[in-house]
Amino acid sequence: MTASPQHRLPDGRWRAAELAIWLLPVIGYFAAPNYLLLGSQIFIVGLFALSLDLILGYAGIVSLGHAAFFGVGAYAAGLLASHGWGEPISGLLAGAVAAALVGWVTSFLVVRGRDLTQLMVTMGIGLMLFEAANKAAFITGGVDGLSGMVMGKVLGVFDFDLEGRVAYLYSVAVLFLVFVVLRRMVYSPFGLGLRGLHHGPKRMPAIGASVYRRQIAIFTIGAGVAGIAGALLAQTTQFVGLDSLGFHRSAELLIMLVLGGSGRLYGGLVGAAVFMIAQNYLADLNPVYWQFWMGLLLVLVVMFARGGVLGGLAALQRRFGTKTK
Amino acid sequence: MIGNFLGVLFDGVAYGSLLFLIGIGLSVTMGLMNFVNLAHGAFAAFGGYVCVTAMNQMGVPFLASLPIAFVLTALVGVLLERTLYQRLYKATPLDQVLFSIGLTFMAVAGMTYVWGPIQQPVRLPEFLTGQVHAAGMDFGIYRLFLIAVVVVVTAALVYVVDRTRFGAQVRASVDNQQAAAGLGINVNRVFALTFALGSGLAGLGGGLGIDVLGLDPSFPIKFMVYFMLVVAVGGAGSIKGTLVAGLVLGIFDVAGKYYVPQIGAFVIYALMVVLLVFFPTGLYGKKT
Repeated sequence: MTASPQHRLPDGRWRAAELAIWLLPVIGYFAAPNYLLLGSQIFIVGLFALSLDLILGYAGIVSLGHAAFFGVGAYAAGLLASHGWGEPISGLLAGAVAAALVGWVTSFLVVRGRDLTQLMVTMGIGLMLFEAANKAAFITGGVDGLSGMVMGKVLGVFDFDLEGRVAYLYSVAVLFLVFVVLRRMVYSPFGLGLRGLHHGPKRMPAIGASVYRRQIAIFTIGAGVAGIAGALLAQTTQFVGLDSLGFHRSAELLIMLVLGGSGRLYGGLVGAAVFMIAQNYLADLNPVYWQFWMGLLLVLVVMFARGGVLGGLAALQRRFGTKTK
Repeated sequence: MIGNFLGVLFDGVAYGSLLFLIGIGLSVTMGLMNFVNLAHGAFAAFGGYVCVTAMNQMGVPFLASLPIAFVLTALVGVLLERTLYQRLYKATPLDQVLFSIGLTFMAVAGMTYVWGPIQQPVRLPEFLTGQVHAAGMDFGIYRLFLIAVVVVVTAALVYVVDRTRFGAQVRASVDNQQAAAGLGINVNRVFALTFALGSGLAGLGGGLGIDVLGLDPSFPIKFMVYFMLVVAVGGAGSIKGTLVAGLVLGIFDVAGKYYVPQIGAFVIYALMVVLLVFFPTGLYGKKT
């Protein structure tokens, strides 16, 4: 018998399977040149799902309003670009900082309550920002969305092209860099402390760890990463719609994360990929039915497949192979 | 000015009592089973559709269609409770949220398929339309009717919960499930019946609310937050809390939309966040 994963000491070495996953975007770039736009969408949403995984999968805060931070990042980067500051990297940072700031301020409200209250407060914050963006049409463009952005060249060299090659590479590069940093964080003592919050919120104070501070820290970081994802979407599509803040986006994000498997870093990425590809095919058939299948999928995952795709794979591995510990 | 204010107050009370009627089922399921049921609005929408179908296609009068909505929605509720919900009573809130969001999405798609994406029209009977003039003000008859129905339903609910054997079982199960089961109360049966009652009331509220809230397939998502709000602010499992919360939110929402339309729904969300920050378990919630 092997110990369950969460009792293992952190082992930050890169595994072969991880490298294989990161080869996929490279293969995709050459093998499916017609799907580069979908590809960059997957990376952006994957990054967004990753940010939710930090606060949900690791710290155990249930959020139904995570799109708020995605939207803040998107509007921050979009507003910069439409007012003449088209440099992408600094726009990305601005999105991250703006979202992290909003995340930090709201985190004090969120971490006060328990599950249901957290759920309601995050949902309320999301709805409030949505209403604010809707009503402040003179800044955000309201329902028409924010457009008219002029993007500069990435690193001063690569111009965004129509086929989406640069957007693809830019998104995957940002995703990879952020991922590496977060991966390091998750395997650090701080990351271990987060797992502690999730598994034993009552015991953590007993060993002298402040639950409150860790929750605020991770919520802020998660918001910042969501902001990067939002900024990335604004820059690569050169448009920000109200839906980037909407409840649907928060709900879909939860679905992706659960589909992929939360608390595993890769869960969000896998979930986003599966979800976006399925959506791309099924929504073409009929958008209304797509929502039905999405709902059914969610119900089935909750009832029969907790842990999602990666959880299922891990269970298979435990069952059939003992070679990888 | 004063008349204006009273008018807003009156509309707010009518709106709030509708929120209470739909929210009370959610409150009880949350207090009793600790189940975060985001799909509750779907039951209300279903009730509304039952009303509309009964009226427009079978020629049932409006008042008679309401009990039909109550009974059918309660039946659907108990069916779902026995087959799906009860498997998740012990699950984490996250699982329950995901499950009920999934159910909501399916309901929205299903309703679009059956009834189409448009707003459903409702023809109220003659005697419920128009205004009455009293004390220098006009009151919509339908809103008066709404308030009256809610008063009757509340009185009946309070009677059932406070005075009947079933009510005692419900209260015992809310307070301490294990002890209640140990005393020989069939907790599962109590759960199922309460769920049926709660969804039935939601269906009734949905039918009554078509004229005020409107009815289209996005109803469960559009009003999800309002129902959750009523429960979260009122405190799960408390009739009194839900009533107070429903009225407060109804009045503030109507007043906000009337006096400061430029910030619209902002008022209600801000109120909710503020209330939840100061009363994390709701105004009348169980202290944990």
